[in-house]
Amino acid sequence: MKKYSNSNFWGLLLAFPFIFFYILFLLYPTIYTLIFSFTDSPLIGWGNWVGLENYFKLFNDKLFLKSLRNTFVFVFWTVVPNTLIGLMCAMMINRLKNPYIAAFLLACFFIPHILPVTVVTQVWSWMLSKQYGIIQEFLEFFGYAKIAFFKKKQFAMPAVAIVTIWWTVGFNILLFIAGLKSINPEIYEASDLDGANSWAKFRYITWPLIWPITALVLTLQLIFQLKIFDQMYLLTAGGPFNSTLVVLQLVYKQGFQMNRGGYASAIAMVLFLIIIVVSIMQYYVLRDKEKDK
Amino acid sequence: MTKKITISWTVLTILSLIVALIFMFPLYWAAVTSLKQETEVIDPNWSIFPRILSLAAYLDVLTKSAIGTWYINSIATSVGITLLVILISMPCGYALSQIDFVGRKIILVAVVVSIMVPGTALVIALFVLISDFNMINTWSGVILPQVLSPVCVIVYKQFFDQVPKELREASIIDGATEFQILIKVYMPLNWGITTALALVTFIGAWNNFFWPFIMTTKAEMFTVPVAITSVSDAYGIFLAREMAVAILAALPVTAFFLIFQKRVTQAIMLTSGIKG
Repeated sequence: MKKYSNSNFWGLLLAFPFIFFYILFLLYPTIYTLIFSFTDSPLIGWGNWVGLENYFKLFNDKLFLKSLRNTFVFVFWTVVPNTLIGLMCAMMINRLKNPYIAAFLLACFFIPHILPVTVVTQVWSWMLSKQYGIIQEFLEFFGYAKIAFFKKKQFAMPAVAIVTIWWTVGFNILLFIAGLKSINPEIYEASDLDGANSWAKFRYITWPLIWPITALVLTLQLIFQLKIFDQMYLLTAGGPFNSTLVVLQLVYKQGFQMNRGGYASAIAMVLFLIIIVVSIMQYYVLRDKEKDK
Repeated sequence: MTKKITISWTVLTILSLIVALIFMFPLYWAAVTSLKQETEVIDPNWSIFPRILSLAAYLDVLTKSAIGTWYINSIATSVGITLLVILISMPCGYALSQIDFVGRKIILVAVVVSIMVPGTALVIALFVLISDFNMINTWSGVILPQVLSPVCVIVYKQFFDQVPKELREASIIDGATEFQILIKVYMPLNWGITTALALVTFIGAWNNFFWPFIMTTKAEMFTVPVAITSVSDAYGIFLAREMAVAILAALPVTAFFLIFQKRVTQAIMLTSGIKG
């Protein structure tokens, strides 16, 4: 009996710091955001209870619908390309025989991922700068006119997507290489005896065996890119004409710049729910894969 | 046959090196730009290597901007976040792994569920909370929204699960308390994972843009990553200087990564759900 109550004491004591921060910085803000979204409050202080009015307003708010659409367009431009490029680079590195060259290449692809986002955006603003950017020199060399990448509607979103892929692809490569290394080489040797060509090996060995990692990378990317704010805000600030305004930036804009805390919270709750739903999907996709093994 | 294979491997190696060099070009270009003189940077006759190597941009940044203050802010907040994340996550991971106590199951579920919660979507509530604490424009205001790391708790739990039970039982017979067992047995056995988690937490905290951007409004409280965007606003177009600041902001994390490459990659795989 004494021993049991003792373990209750120590268990709760050791878990206490985490529980404390969990309640204060996660549970409380979640409940606060939810309640706030039912009010017409400014950023600081409470307003009137308006029930579901903010949510009704949301779905007639063209800017919100646009930000939702922009977020999904960004997801479209990044998630699958980033995953496929990651897989291709990982296969390329994995084929190299010299371990030092392989390690060097992995480091090259990974370094952008450990840089602060602002360093990435500063470097790319300079690369793509309309006036002096070196990319413009290449465009001119091939006979094209200069392009203000972040100020033209048709280029802004893909340009931010390319910068994002450059920044984050190293992470995907790392996960894929771990996956490729875990494939038993005897399977490939056996297929060599059967005379399988490279494509057949990829299609019938690599792709099915790497699929659990692909599913993990796809869902991690999806969750990560839905939360897009930093690069977009830093490179385009939502422009031109709100064509790259994403949901999280609208939360920031409504809350901090227009002082509409209640309405911003309603937008945040929608993003919150989308990400939770995607995360639950991820959980089931990955769990079912575990079972298949 | 052997010869053909050797040639194709060589071609593949050369091709992949070319791809990697193109991939690295933006960073090379940023570094080279920072070492040029401002006049050469905007010279239409651009050169791939500086005609005159110049440290003027770095000297300008070091003497004319508040980069020292920004570095101190970045170091203080990143170290604070790293220490708190480890100090909060490790005991909780230990309790969940080794101690059978009331509420253990609920806490475990709550930790796993919270991995899904997008912290940035709670920005309004967290900003109001931090301003209620009067912590806007303080290190604490930047640190506190970043100290909860359910992933670290789970990683610690997984590693503590693998420690042989005999060690714990022997310590209990010796009369050690749970706290002593954690400090004297479990923590020393898992220094590797603590180092790895501390490294990625530090890199993540150093790189974080969102929270210092929300929680600070005064330039003297900016962290380096937030401040580098304000340098360009303040000085107009001085591209060598902008790139010099960017290089200075990237330096600590790049150095950490290059020195501790294995540990960093291990931790990144662990925290994204692959056992490394």
